[in-house]
This record gives sequence, C-alpha cells and structure tokens, in this order.
Amino acid sequence: MDWLYTLMPIAGTYIFWPGLIVLGLGVGMISGFFGMGGGWMVTPGLNILGFPMAFSIGTGVTQMAGPSLVSSLRHARFGNVDYKLGVIMIGGTIAGFEPGARLVMWLERQGRVDLYVQYGYLALLTLIAWLVFTDIWRRSSKHREAHALGKPADATASGIEWHKTLQKIRIPPVVHFHKAGVRCSVWLPVSVSFVTGLLAGVFGIGGGLIRMPALIYLVGCPTHVAVGTDLFEVTISGLYGAASYSYKGRTELLAAVIMLIGAAAGAQIGSVATKYVKGYGIRLFFGIAVIGCAVSIILKLVGAAYPGGRVLLNAAATVLILGLVGALSLYIFLRFLHGVREELAVKKQLLQSAV
Amino acid sequence: MRKLCFKWICLALAALPAKAAEGGGEYIVLVADSRRFTGWRAWWANVYNESHLHFTLLTIITIPVLGLLMGKLTSFVLSRMGVNLKSRVLAEH
Repeated sequence: MDWLYTLMPIAGTYIFWPGLIVLGLGVGMISGFFGMGGGWMVTPGLNILGFPMAFSIGTGVTQMAGPSLVSSLRHARFGNVDYKLGVIMIGGTIAGFEPGARLVMWLERQGRVDLYVQYGYLALLTLIAWLVFTDIWRRSSKHREAHALGKPADATASGIEWHKTLQKIRIPPVVHFHKAGVRCSVWLPVSVSFVTGLLAGVFGIGGGLIRMPALIYLVGCPTHVAVGTDLFEVTISGLYGAASYSYKGRTELLAAVIMLIGAAAGAQIGSVATKYVKGYGIRLFFGIAVIGCAVSIILKLVGAAYPGGRVLLNAAATVLILGLVGALSLYIFLRFLHGVREELAVKKQLLQSAV
Repeated sequence: MRKLCFKWICLALAALPAKAAEGGGEYIVLVADSRRFTGWRAWWANVYNESHLHFTLLTIITIPVLGLLMGKLTSFVLSRMGVNLKSRVLAEH
C-alpha cells in the first residue's frame, strides 16, 4: 500500500494522494455549486491527511484561486458578477488577510498553530452550522405561514434579513451596486470583506463561506449575485493569499496542483449544476457536511490528546471528512447528470418537432 | 510640509506590504530536503530553497494557468455533450 502515499517535496511528509484527488474534485464541485471556496474542508482535510497546519492553510489558499477563477468566469457568463462590489471588497479582503497570515506565522513560532487553528475551526464551523440551520428553519417558517394564509411562498425569500437594518446605516460614501440591486454605505462591504479576509488569512478559507452568507444576509445581495461576486473576489484574494503564503514558504504546490486538476473540472460541473437543482433542500446537506467536518477535527484533537488511540482516530477523521466531501459532491454530480440528460432530451424533442 | 508628510506616508504604505509579507519578527526557516528527490521534484525543492520570490512567482503563474486550462477542457467536453453553458434559470438554493 506504499504506492498510495507520495512524499511532498516542500513539506517533507508522506501524503495519501487519492485523498488529495477526492478533496480537489469534491471542493471544486461544492465551491462551483454553492459559490464558496471550499477551503473550510480543504484546510482541515489537508491537516487530517498529514500536512502541518501552516502548510494546510497555505496550500488550501493556493489551490483555491484556480477553481474560483473558472467558476467566476462561468458565473460572469450567467450575468451573476457585480464587479463594482467585487473590486471594492478586494481591498478590504487583502487588508484583513495579511494580519491573519502573520498571526498564523506567529502561532507557528510558538509551536501552537495546529491546536489553536483547530479550535478556531471548531468555533467557525459551529457558527456556520448555526447560521445555515437557523436560515433553513426561518425560511421553512415563512413558507408555512404563507401556505396557511393561502399565499404563494416567495421562492427567493431567505430566512435571515439583517441587511434591511444595515443598509439604513448611511455613512458616506453611499454607493449603488446596480447588479446586486443594493444601495448602501461602502463601509458595509468593506467591513464584511476585512473580517472575511482576516478569517481567510488565519483559516485558509477563501472567505466565501463567511463572505457569501454575509453578502446575502448583511449586504442584501440576491443569492446568484452573491455567488458570482464572491467567486470573483475569492479569485483575486486567493491569488494574493497564494503569493503571501508562498513567500512565507508555507505552500506545497504539488499538492495544490493535484487538487486543482480535480477542482477546476469539478467547479465547472458544480456551476452548471446550479441550473438543475432547485429548492432550498440542498442547504440541509451542506449543513450536515459542516457538522461532519467539525466532528473530524474533534477526532483529530482527541487523537492528539490520547496517543494510544491516535492511529484509529486519525483514520476515522480521514474517512469521515473524505466520505462527507465525496457524498455531497456525488449528490451534486448525479443531479448534474440527471439535469443534462433532461436538457438533451428536451433539445432532441424540439429538434424533432421543428423538422 | 504637507507634501513632505504625504511623501513619508506614501513611503510607509509602500513598505508595509513587503514588511507584512515577511511574517514579522524571527522566522522559522524551513529547508526542503532535495537530496531525497530526483528530476523535477529536486529542481522544485531547490527553487524553494534558493529563492522564495521565484517560488512565489512560479506558484501564482502555475495555479491560474492550470486552473484555466482544466476549466476550458471541461467546458469543451460539456459543450460537446450538448450542455447549454450560456444561460441559466434562476435557482434559489
């Protein structure tokens, strides 16, 4: 079974390379579909596969720029990118990213980076899971209320609507983002992007996991514009993150390339699959995947605390995170195949009736 | 006086990214053990050891180029399959 492990030239660790392919394909499909960089599973996934934490963060940020570029071009063709909003947010993201990256380097010098980033991830994933399930619950409530009143449910309604309050804060300059249909103080998206940039620098996430919901719930963008604009912004900030961590010497390009090959293809499939999947239900699967990732991190932490059970617990963490990523991306792929089959059947019917 | 202050501020701002990129304070220096590799892996490890700047430039060129190539390849395959890549119906999820 030695052939399943390859030695990384920079990190100097042996890595289970099929895990890199599963992570790459999975994160590409999930990021293309949800518009989130997928870094929330890449960084813990790489750490669980055996990379030191600083390398996990740097490599995760590096590989993220590739599929984000592909996905953002796809979403741009669909008309989903508000470039004005994206460019304004890039500044905030970069300004937040660098302090985050420097914090990681400082923690590494203390010898505590693995522990603190893993604890930080648990807090982050708990917050995200709470946000996702609260949103699903509130949306379901709105639908039940509408149904009870005999009114049609608003398909575009979201559960959390903090943006209505935040948009009333008009600290100048106030900007109108036409594609997003939002008029607000420029400091709102800049603040959001600064915080998400900071989190990106510390956790190696594209920021999309925080930024995309923030664009929807805090800024008030429609979902499809939030997805496209976020991917555009993640591309630029991902390249900056890649440069920053590479210059600090904490990037394993070989691993990033292996993941990128799957991720770039998966991102295309995920983006196209957004045409075929309707309804809010898939958010439930997403929430379950987030919880599963948190459980994987807990298994790794417990394994570190109890050396006797480390091998078994690390193996369980690996199986859980790769299993969840694989299952969610398989679901998206199957829906994609089903949708493509239906689209081709409709085309064939139209051609036949034209003849 | 204002122009002088402005110049100093600009210089400080220009120096910040370079300073920030160092990571601040004393550095943990990692060295890739290129003796364990041959061929392109040895070359890559040596690029890392000799210059992080070259390593960075190669990384930020390779990633988007490879990403675009793979994306274009997938687009080609999907369009040959007959998938419409140019339009979408709004699907809120």
